[in-house]
Parts: sequence; structure tokens; C-alpha cells
Amino acid sequence: MSFIIPKEIYTGRIPEIVFGKDKIARLGGETALPMHFFEGDFPNKPLIAFEIQDTKPEDYPQELAKIYSSVWDDPIRWARFCEALGAKAITVRLMSIHPDSKDSKPEEVADRLRKFLTEVDLPLIILGSNHIEKDAEVLPVVADVSRGYNCIVGKAQEGNYKTIAASAMAAGHSLIAMSELDVNLAKQLNILITQIGFPKEKIIIDPMCSALGYGFEYTYSVMERIRIAGLVQQDSMLCSPLFADVGFYVWKTKEAQASEEDVPQWGSLYERSFMWEAITACSFLLSGAELIVMRHPDAIRVTERFIDDLFSLRQ
Amino acid sequence: MLVIGERLSIISKRVREAIQMRDKLPIQQIAFEQWQAGAHMIEANIGPAEEDGERLMEWMVTTIQEAVPLPVSLDTTNPKAMEAGLRVHNNQWGKPLINSTSLDPDRFIMFELAAKYNAPVIALTVGKRGLPANAEERVEIAVQLIEKASEFGISLEDIYLDPLVMQISTSQSQAKEVLRAIRLFQELNDPPMKTVVGLSNLSNGCPKHIRPIINRYYLALLMYEGVSAAIVNPAEVIEVIKTINVITGKTLYAHSYLEI
Repeated sequence: MSFIIPKEIYTGRIPEIVFGKDKIARLGGETALPMHFFEGDFPNKPLIAFEIQDTKPEDYPQELAKIYSSVWDDPIRWARFCEALGAKAITVRLMSIHPDSKDSKPEEVADRLRKFLTEVDLPLIILGSNHIEKDAEVLPVVADVSRGYNCIVGKAQEGNYKTIAASAMAAGHSLIAMSELDVNLAKQLNILITQIGFPKEKIIIDPMCSALGYGFEYTYSVMERIRIAGLVQQDSMLCSPLFADVGFYVWKTKEAQASEEDVPQWGSLYERSFMWEAITACSFLLSGAELIVMRHPDAIRVTERFIDDLFSLRQ
Repeated sequence: MLVIGERLSIISKRVREAIQMRDKLPIQQIAFEQWQAGAHMIEANIGPAEEDGERLMEWMVTTIQEAVPLPVSLDTTNPKAMEAGLRVHNNQWGKPLINSTSLDPDRFIMFELAAKYNAPVIALTVGKRGLPANAEERVEIAVQLIEKASEFGISLEDIYLDPLVMQISTSQSQAKEVLRAIRLFQELNDPPMKTVVGLSNLSNGCPKHIRPIINRYYLALLMYEGVSAAIVNPAEVIEVIKTINVITGKTLYAHSYLEI
């Protein structure tokens, strides 16, 4: 008698997000738990987006500076450089708007973004600075300027979702909704966002990311619970693609920064740092992340290779 | 839990008049209201329908399904009317439900129809001696119903055992027996047998203002015992259903859980 793999029957389908204008990118659309190719459809591979910032980064450690310092004064050059490295999508993080950074005014950001949009044709994710009030002030302007470019904007949080979601809806963008490591809060935020009329199938959940060794398993387990609720327990409010802001968290860690002189037993800083990012990202693929924002090109290369290897099993 | 909207019943004056006039509007409006309130299925109770039952049931089913994308629970003792309803039912939104059969040989034809149309069927635990006295008698009858259904080739998952909710004002002790029966029915098979109740019969005969209160609390207890389906006024009980689903962990809590 031959062995028959027992199969779970799913009732949900993760909505497919298609974004970009001239060049487009797709993610989501699957009908089974991550990599369960034998149980459902997986029309799209998880997507990695290269992160750039709208101002010279203040906290990029040595290994990132080596790669980006020649282009990071100019977001357009930076984006083109990423494209040359093989980027399928770009994430622009508007760090300049943070009050502790340059506190840029919405109009300044809008002017720079207008120019950026005419010069860069990769699918775009636009993130604020994670400052509730300032993001609420700037992101609506940014959403409006990029109207027609079919972007993903974020992050909408409990404290600012109304203005951000309303403007993203008016401009036709998809939206990243972030809650803090709690499946119930993630559900609640999605309910609130849909209650103001934002289309549910254009929401991407960010359950709040973390780096390997720094609370990684909290994010992993919340992602798992969200995905199971959405696909297995028919919870439509949690049936959404998942977002992982990996680079942002990984490159703050000691392992990605400590020099070889300080910790010789940890080996090569280059390998250690980019692999920290790659392993964090690869692990989140297994808990269901469909959209991952990363920084180091070698980490992205390893992660994409991992995705391709796994997806070679897709039937 | 499967929520079956009870309001389209011949007992209601408004429904009866609409049926007599073949006036679709009130029927569709009531169906729509129940769908909006959370019904998964709409009951069409046309009673014995001795005259013109076939055309009446056809009309009810198509009228309902023109208004809402839901399956219909067909409630009549007239087998011809039942078959007519099954024939025109649009299965795109789910299978119809046959309401009902029992150990009364006159009702065995409903098993036949369930097999022929591959439709689930409600089996009332009414025995040859009439109404059951306690949970154990209900289980005894349920076993015989299951055997009977098997003779007709009906799979166990297509049977909804109905323990018969009785009026609290006249048969108070039965309320507890029905709760016990719901639990015991499930143990008759693995996976558990499905169960259904006609909830509002409990408060039949009670003052109007306390009926919803009695119905709601009883449904909470029934859900705790694991009832799989209930014929209810959805608007009256939907908060109970959502809340019990949260308390028992069937749906994930969020502050706005009542709003979705």
C-alpha cells in the first residue's frame, strides 16, 4: 500500500496584492500554509524589496555603508543601484520626516517623491518613520502625490490609521497595517480599517518584526497564528498577506555590528552580518511572510535562492 | 454553528398573507433581513401545504434565492412539495436542508428524498410512543433514526438530530433533558453526529417581552453543549452566537468582534 499524505482542507485564500505602474510585482494569492505546496495553490513567490531611505541613513553600520555610502545621498541613484543589483521592488523609508531626524515637512517630501517617481519605475513601497503623529501628517500627502502609481503605503497603526488608510484608499494604494505583536490587536486593526471603507483585500498585516535573537520567536508565532486563523479558521479579518520589516531590525543588532577586533570568536563581520539578515528573513518565510524588506544585497541573494529552492517543489 | 433563519413561516400572519397573494416583496425582505443579520440558511416553512404544495414550495424557494445567496431549509410535511422544492433549489450557495423526518413511517419518504437529492435531513427524535420523556429516550430514538437513514444510504454527516425543544411554560424539565441529549447525540459517532434545534419553541407561550431573553440564554447553553445548527431569529441571537464563539475559542477575540 502506498503512503498517502494527509491533506488539510483550507477555506480561505490570501488575497493577491499587485502593485507598481510600469513594472509590477505580485505577492500572496495562496490557499495553504506556507510552503505546503501539496495542499494548495501558490501563484506567487514571496517578494523581497530592497530598502532605501529618503535621506542619508544615520544608523547604517559598516557592512551596509561599504555598499551604499556612494549612493545614499541621492535616493534616485540609490534606487537605480538596487535595480542594478537585481531589485524587483523598492521600499523607500521616509526617515527624514522623523522629528529626531530632519523633521522634513510634507511638502518637501512630496516634491522629492514626485521627482523620484518620474525617475524610478520599480514597484514601490513607501514607509513613514514610525512616528505616529508625523506619519499621519506626511503619509496622506505622499499617498496623494503617488496617486496612479499603485504603491503600497504604511504603516497604519492604531493611533493613525484613519488618515493614512483614508488617503491610501483615495489614491488606490495597498496598505500595511501594523500592530504590536498580538493576534487580537492585528484583527482589531483590520476591522477598524475596513470599517472606514478600506478594501480588505488590499491590506497587508505587519505583526511587528524582530531580529533573530531579539524576540524573533514572538513575531514568528504571531505570524503563524494569523495565518492559521485566516486560512484554517475562516477568520476573514486575518486572511491577509504578511509583511516583515527584516532589515530595519537586524541591522540594529550587536551581531550585525560588532567588529572582529571586539569579538574575534564570532568570525567574519561581513558573513556574520549579512547571514543574520538572511536567516531572519528565511525563517519568516516559513511562518508566512510574503513581503520582506531587506538591506544587504548578499542577504537578499541568499534569501531569494532559498525561495527558489523551496518553490522548485511547487506542483 | 449553522444559523437558520426561522422567520419565513406560515405561522406568521405577514408571511401567510404574502403567500396567499404570491407577493414576493415581503418574503424577499424578510429573507434579506435574516441574511444581513447573520443567517447562513433560510427556512421556508409552508406547513402541511395540502393544496397546491408543489407550486407553493417552488415559488418560496425561487423567491428566497432571488433575494439572498443562501441555501433554503425546506419545512413541510407534504412530500410532493418537498421534492418540488429540492428540484428547483439552486445549490450554488449550498445544499438545501430537508426539515424533517422522524420514526413515523409516513415520514420515511423524506429519507428517500434526502438520498435522491443528496441533501442533509433533520431527523426529529419523536418515537412511536410520541414525545420523548428524557434524554435517554431521545438517544434511543436517535439510534433507530440513524439505522433507518443508513438503510436509505444516507451518510451520517448528512443527518441533523433534533431533540425537540419543548415549551418551558408547560414542560420545564425538558429544557435540561434537551441539553443533555445534545451532548449524548454527539457521542453516537466519531466524528460527532450533527444536531439541530428549533430554538424559539422554548419560549412559545411566554410573555412576548421575555421570549428573547429565554431564547438567548438557552442558546448559549446549547452552544456550550455543542449544538451544530439552530433555527432562530438571527437578529435576536446573533450577539449570543458571536460572544459564545469567542468565549469557546471558535473565533478570535478583537474589541470589535460584535461588528463583524
